Amino acid sequence: MHTHAQQTSVPPLVRDRVDNFHGQQLLYVGWDHHTMICAPIALLVSPELHFGELIDSLLPASAFALHSEWPQIDWAHVEWLHADRPFTPERDATLKAQGIGHKAYLRLRTPALRGIAGTGA
Amino acid sequence: MNTQDTRRPAGKKLSLKEKYAQMTRGLGWDTSYEPMDQVFDQLGLEGIKIHDWDKWEDPFRLTMDAYWKYQAEKERKLYAVLDAFQQNNGHLNISDARYVNTLKLFFTGITPAEYNAHRLFAMLGRQFPGPGAAIACQMQAVDELRHVQTQIHSISQYNKYFNGLHDHTVMNDRLWYLSVPKSFFEDAISSGPFEQIIAISFALEYLLTNLVFMPFMSGAAYNGDMATVTFGFSSQSDEARHMTLGLECIKFVLEQDPGNAAIIQRYLDKWFWRGYKVLGLVSMMLDYMLPKKVMSWKEAWDIYFVQNGGSLFNDLSRYGLSMPKYWEQSVAEAEHLSHQTWNAFYNFSGAAAFHVWLPSDEDMAWLAEKYPNTFDQHYRPRIEHYRKLQAEGKRYYNPSLPMLCQTCQTPLIFTEMDDPTRTSHRQLEHDGDTYHFCSDGCRDIFAEQPDKYVSAWLPAHQILQGNCVEPGTEAAGDPGADALRYFHVVAGQDNLDYEGSPDEANWRRWKGLDKTTPAAAA
Repeated sequence: MHTHAQQTSVPPLVRDRVDNFHGQQLLYVGWDHHTMICAPIALLVSPELHFGELIDSLLPASAFALHSEWPQIDWAHVEWLHADRPFTPERDATLKAQGIGHKAYLRLRTPALRGIAGTGA
Repeated sequence: MNTQDTRRPAGKKLSLKEKYAQMTRGLGWDTSYEPMDQVFDQLGLEGIKIHDWDKWEDPFRLTMDAYWKYQAEKERKLYAVLDAFQQNNGHLNISDARYVNTLKLFFTGITPAEYNAHRLFAMLGRQFPGPGAAIACQMQAVDELRHVQTQIHSISQYNKYFNGLHDHTVMNDRLWYLSVPKSFFEDAISSGPFEQIIAISFALEYLLTNLVFMPFMSGAAYNGDMATVTFGFSSQSDEARHMTLGLECIKFVLEQDPGNAAIIQRYLDKWFWRGYKVLGLVSMMLDYMLPKKVMSWKEAWDIYFVQNGGSLFNDLSRYGLSMPKYWEQSVAEAEHLSHQTWNAFYNFSGAAAFHVWLPSDEDMAWLAEKYPNTFDQHYRPRIEHYRKLQAEGKRYYNPSLPMLCQTCQTPLIFTEMDDPTRTSHRQLEHDGDTYHFCSDGCRDIFAEQPDKYVSAWLPAHQILQGNCVEPGTEAAGDPGADALRYFHVVAGQDNLDYEGSPDEANWRRWKGLDKTTPAAAA
């Protein structure tokens, strides 16, 4: 008889594999130096989503839009990071086409905007 | 009827030491139908070597008969106090109804953990061939079960009058922030027997118990909660015994074989960090939730971890053990931990089973005094902004789901050491997937055993997979509302701000604080 501890050959259950998201994928987005939004957000998106739609439709429906500095963002000068490395997105390309896969983490930086009372909040 | 007395003359009474030997060692035997290493089949898996189980000494030499006697006495005292509490409407003597929110967090987060600790020690006792260690585990399993029971009985008094206490077992299984303590215990219970000992008996019971016990029990005393003080006292003697056993146990393992120290150090590093991450909830209680404060999180961490823990590791250095990895980071973060944790609950109070509220001017003066390097600079302006929004009727609720740490399951709410306004984030690739972490400590724990943590049940991801719908009901199409029903959180009753809650309305009515407030249903 084998005990559970002896069964080392059982493959692990990967609970968040992309197949479990019904054709969609996870995308995380953080806004640096705006800690009023307490953590980066988790979105469910299509790999065919255009980057422009993320900015025009998805983020305006998220916590980001409730920050008083949201309307002041100058989108032409936003700095993006993908997996914590500088990244230049293409508005008209899909996430898939620019290598933003399942569980990718994007950060936006808006150096001109310094958060609540200039504290980075 | 034979009237002759056939009883043997009474022998000499056994000494405590003899009795302990008879009722522990004397109960052990070597199996003959199955080889011992098959019966105790998990013992060799971790690489820990035990050469002589008889070297295990229970410092209390506690035997079952004495155990029952002591525990029964404690129970009698506890239930006498609980009866008095009930008959005298003890719930009206607390400092403020806000205080009850700490009990909600305790009851949904810690009480189910005590039950898991009961299961863990019952299984652990089964894995040890040394009867001394097995019996100590058995008693601790019964202790933990007693703690669950006394907590349920004590807090049921509050459940009659306050919201959010009605379904602690389902909430513990499902509610997003409770996955943090839940995953800690499930991680422990699915570990090897020696790792379990380090996780619970040492890291939790010895190193971190004061930090859990002190805010809850001293907080209860400061805030007039006699029911909790009483179950706290009743548990405290058990906890003191567990702490001593935890220390004896680690010394026993270290003395058995010089090769054990490296494995134990690895477990200590892991479980220190796992425990520290659970304590984020406790830091928020101390600094933001107790109407009458006991001490700050920073002060508590300094006394109970830096000073007490420091001298403990000084003692253990002769076995080759050193302070757990990243302990310095926990000290530097003590200036930030509670403020960042509280902010997460202010963001997500729509999805919590307890109420939040903004600190008063007096609270903020206390926070500024306790955190002179960080509060006014980083956290007061954010709170004042929230206050302004609330005054304008624009209370900020975060409508999004947060990104979670794969290991500790906390949202990524903590910041980098060199920049308290930038999210601390680590990631790594494993087997074709990306995994995200809140810290180096959590990333390292994953990297050590990736197959364990890839299966983590992360609430935000489960909601997005469509798995958080109350069984037997149809999804309403609004994932937020579906998730609340799945959590068994009653919207508008258990969640949101204290101001405007049924709890507040009831409290004001009972205490005669506002005669014009219409009576609300309990």
